[in-house]
Amino acid sequence: MAGKPRITIKGVREGLVFLLDDQCGFEELLEDLGAKLDKHEQQFTGPIIHVYLKLGARAIGEEDKERLREIFKKQGNLLVQSIESDPPFPDPGEEAKPVLHTMTGIIRSGQTVEHEGHLLLLGDVNPGGTLRCTGDIYVLGALRGIAHAGSGGDESAIIAASLMRPTQLRIAGVVSRPPDEWASDDPWMEYAFLREGTMAIDKTTSLARHRKQVMQFKGV
Amino acid sequence: MGEAIVVTSGKGGVGKTTTSANLGTALALLGKKVCMVDTDIGLRNLDVVMGLENRIIYDLVDVAEGRCRVNQALVKDKRFDELYMLPAAQTKDKNDVSPEQVRQIIESLKPDFDYVIIDCPAGIEQGFRNAVAGADQAIVVTTPENAAVRDADRVIGLLEKSKMAPPKLVINRIRPNLLRSGDMLEIDDICQVLAIDLLGIVPDDEQVIKAANSGEPTVMNPASRAAIAYRNIARRILGETVPLLQLDEKAGVLRKVKKFLGMG
Repeated sequence: MAGKPRITIKGVREGLVFLLDDQCGFEELLEDLGAKLDKHEQQFTGPIIHVYLKLGARAIGEEDKERLREIFKKQGNLLVQSIESDPPFPDPGEEAKPVLHTMTGIIRSGQTVEHEGHLLLLGDVNPGGTLRCTGDIYVLGALRGIAHAGSGGDESAIIAASLMRPTQLRIAGVVSRPPDEWASDDPWMEYAFLREGTMAIDKTTSLARHRKQVMQFKGV
Repeated sequence: MGEAIVVTSGKGGVGKTTTSANLGTALALLGKKVCMVDTDIGLRNLDVVMGLENRIIYDLVDVAEGRCRVNQALVKDKRFDELYMLPAAQTKDKNDVSPEQVRQIIESLKPDFDYVIIDCPAGIEQGFRNAVAGADQAIVVTTPENAAVRDADRVIGLLEKSKMAPPKLVINRIRPNLLRSGDMLEIDDICQVLAIDLLGIVPDDEQVIKAANSGEPTVMNPASRAAIAYRNIARRILGETVPLLQLDEKAGVLRKVKKFLGMG
């Protein structure tokens, strides 16, 4: 840690910003901070200066925050305005919002496409082809092969297709075989979802009720 | 510089060899210089269908292994001066040649011919890779059956991975009566699933079996509807616009005369 100082002080219009290192131990940090403030004691006299503390990735409790404030209180003119940590990194496993990925082409017999997140396929999935996603699957074309949505176990995933003629549909762990279980000859766009653990098919227009998302751009 | 066209299908028995033989002959009939290459090593058929079996001296494996020059292995057709065939070996198997060797042989044939028609074996293994290696274009043959369409789809997927031009489709052995009664896959449905350009449709014709057994390609017999279909396909390969064969047309004499007179 010799190269990088644990404490960096920046002057801004509102006052002083203290950037505190988030890798070292908290106790060491407090020690360093105390030492630094004592060293520059004479500079910190005069009118009241607002201080903003930035802790980086370190998250601390109220108790530790109080200890930080104590150190600053020793210097008469330093007033701690805020103590902030960076928002924690989203956990890619569950927290990350999957983005919609677009793919163009035909998934032919014997070909398998796997994707993390939602996928929009502009093209067909032919019999013998497989499309597997951890999120939703939207096919702008004919779905004639196998589609597996929510392959990571997400039971809220859906499969939507312009032409729904699959060999097999899978959502999370549920497998369904049309036409033994359900048949669709309807010419409109449909989607498959899990209703109480079993595969169900509905018109895409019903998806709004199923998903209950607030549409922000609806006209008044 | 000629063009190398591979005739492939994935599934066996859909008519790859018949299509190769008839397209080769039809192109020769139209005045082109054609060489047909049989890559079905170990199960060669093209020579039998062409009736050239007894003229074979060297084969593809001999050329690949340097036992002879390409020209020595070429078998000249008995009907056309400009039609040749490079036979496959019957005693070896597909792993005895590499895709690179086949590619070199095809490359060496292309300057001397207008078209090099490569007859591909069934399957998607070494034999398929050999056949596809030197080709500039591909014709995928299928029949109106689910299994054949499925395999054709698989092969198209593999062909799309190579740098070749998009393959063209030939639907073989169509039975118009089954098509009418709705018991056969519709041509439109097949084209929709496979999503490649349709090069032609060939009706099922007993003449084809008869012709193959006598070693005379069907195209030579203008009374056969399959022959007309193959000739049409050959003309489309040459860039002509030829309408698809009318399947339910009864080729009655009266109707033909009427049509000729512009009354049909």
